[in-house]
Amino acid sequence: MQVQVRLYATFRNDRFNEQMRDYPPGTTIKNVLDDLKIEESLVGTLFVDFKYATSDQELHEGANLGIFPVVGGG
Amino acid sequence: MEMDKIWRVNLSDLSVKSEPVPAAWAGLGGRALTSTIVAAEVPPTCHPLGPNNKLVFCPGLLTGTVAADSGRLSAGAKSPLTGGIKESNVGGTAGQMLAKLGVKALIIEGHPTDGKWHGLYLNQEGLRIEEETETLGKGNYESVQILNERVNKRVGVVVCGPAGEMKMLTANISVKDPDSHIRSIGRGGLGAVMGSKKLKFIAVDASGATGMPIADPEKFKAAGKAWADALMAHGVSGSALKTYGTNILINILNEAGGLPTHNFTAGQCKEHDAFSGETMHDTIVKRGGNPSHACHPGCVIQCSQIYNDAEGKYLASGLEYETVWALGADSGIANLDQIAEADHIMDDLGVDSIETSVMFAVAMEGGAIPWGDGAEVLRVLKEEIAKGTPFGRLLGAGTEAVGKAYGLTRVPVVKHQAIPAYDPRSVKGIGITYATSTMGADHTSGYTIATNILGVGGHVDPLKKDGQIDLSRNLQIATASVDSTGMCIFVAFPVLDSAECFQSLLDLINARYGIALTGDDVVGLGKYVLTTEHKFNLAAGMTNKDDRLPEFFEYEPVAPHNAVWDFTPEEIDSYWNF
Ligand code: SF4
Repeated sequence: MQVQVRLYATFRNDRFNEQMRDYPPGTTIKNVLDDLKIEESLVGTLFVDFKYATSDQELHEGANLGIFPVVGGG
Repeated sequence: MEMDKIWRVNLSDLSVKSEPVPAAWAGLGGRALTSTIVAAEVPPTCHPLGPNNKLVFCPGLLTGTVAADSGRLSAGAKSPLTGGIKESNVGGTAGQMLAKLGVKALIIEGHPTDGKWHGLYLNQEGLRIEEETETLGKGNYESVQILNERVNKRVGVVVCGPAGEMKMLTANISVKDPDSHIRSIGRGGLGAVMGSKKLKFIAVDASGATGMPIADPEKFKAAGKAWADALMAHGVSGSALKTYGTNILINILNEAGGLPTHNFTAGQCKEHDAFSGETMHDTIVKRGGNPSHACHPGCVIQCSQIYNDAEGKYLASGLEYETVWALGADSGIANLDQIAEADHIMDDLGVDSIETSVMFAVAMEGGAIPWGDGAEVLRVLKEEIAKGTPFGRLLGAGTEAVGKAYGLTRVPVVKHQAIPAYDPRSVKGIGITYATSTMGADHTSGYTIATNILGVGGHVDPLKKDGQIDLSRNLQIATASVDSTGMCIFVAFPVLDSAECFQSLLDLINARYGIALTGDDVVGLGKYVLTTEHKFNLAAGMTNKDDRLPEFFEYEPVAPHNAVWDFTPEEIDSYWNF
């Protein structure tokens, strides 16, 4: 299935900003993190279809996944 | 070491006097003290630009000490924008210097009738008032240079810019940073209050001041180390803010569907990456600027930055997410250089970059300025607002005035103050803060984005109503306390996440004053501040009906979540049950 993956802040370094990627059905966010060699402890916020998500969440065909390291502002 | 005192300056008769600190004020600082003084001495129904308003400056409880990030200065008055009480705080160098000179509070009173402007000079010898002419009408950058030469390079400067001289409701009060750039006492039109008193500047020279009295130096030192370590250990305060500044939020809010776009008609902006924190960081580095800049000595978080133009020349500093959002997404100016230049001009004029930039989006909806036309915004700033033309005066009166002038219904204000960079329909906690804050729409007064979006201090679903009122209330209480300590609000990220960090902040205050505050006392202080401010607002004529968001949020769903504002009046009013 196709998943639109968007990376932000330091996660873009040596990776990409945005990419359509192919994953088998049942793929979780954790699987995508492993695939991209992103250490889970560095992850701050995850979004699936613009909603808050946790790493155990399963992705669906056409999902929008946004991955941020720990960041903040105000 | 100086004994703390209260200074009073009266612009009616040009008298200056110092008073001992009343016992009831001794344990207060920053916002707690400005709000206490305003509530005690300013008649709530007075005209904010008339003789009975007072402008009060107070360093925080820890300001002037070596504790990391403790350099804030609070200013308070009755706001000409909201009609209620106002506190706004700032970094820069003046706050620390006032504290080192033993100034617990500086109270500016009265109203000159002879048309003359004045400047204040404060140093170890005391406070003197002099007539001022040279800096009148000058931009803030030039005024700071003039005072650098007139007093000395290290002088702390608090200055009323051209917009404040014209008593525009968007006028802020500007404060010099360590590089002679500008920080802002931004919101609520306090620059107009300073202008109404014809006070052009306060020049603070702390040369020879010996440092702060510390009751328990050993304990203070240990707490200071634990405090700095805790700030550095947290991902947000320790590294993210000094890399991307607050502007990292463009992409986060865009992902969350809470980035108000084209005057709050959408929650995501296609051009977001043109002005995102990531793009800004790369641009700064490429042009030899500095992504990590401290707005006052002793700040280790360093969210500020130096942004150069394409030729590598200084263009702006302290570009905040809210400004970039309002110009980039809300007004559709997808050009970081134009945004930075607008920010610089706003600092030079002394206008609040939130109120002014949100106003631009409303002016665009009204047809006064073409959508997304950055060049026209720059022209309007320089040729209309700076010169005080009739059109410039209208725009300088802020978001609500422009919305009314153009017959609009989509006018994002609460208590007449512009709503900043987070859509309250899709981030509901911040909507409760906008509605209930004593300050008018103000994200900093209870920053639920931390918990709604960033996962700091737990998680509360931004799209549901559950838990938002408690979240906003607890954060507003905590913030009112932090705003009284002299700490930058960004310490809240580690304080919310770490009990040790919070304890080291308590230890710092206790060691400084030789007292034994507990966590409960801090909560009590926050509640006292909010209650004092709320009472003032009610006495000024506000009611619970002012604790409401504009109606359009209820009937215009916003993409991508199709969210509307759906809190009942009774639910909102329950915020005050404490
Ligand atoms: S974190 Fe930013 S706003 Fe806070 S004191 Fe440092 S530079 Fe100033």
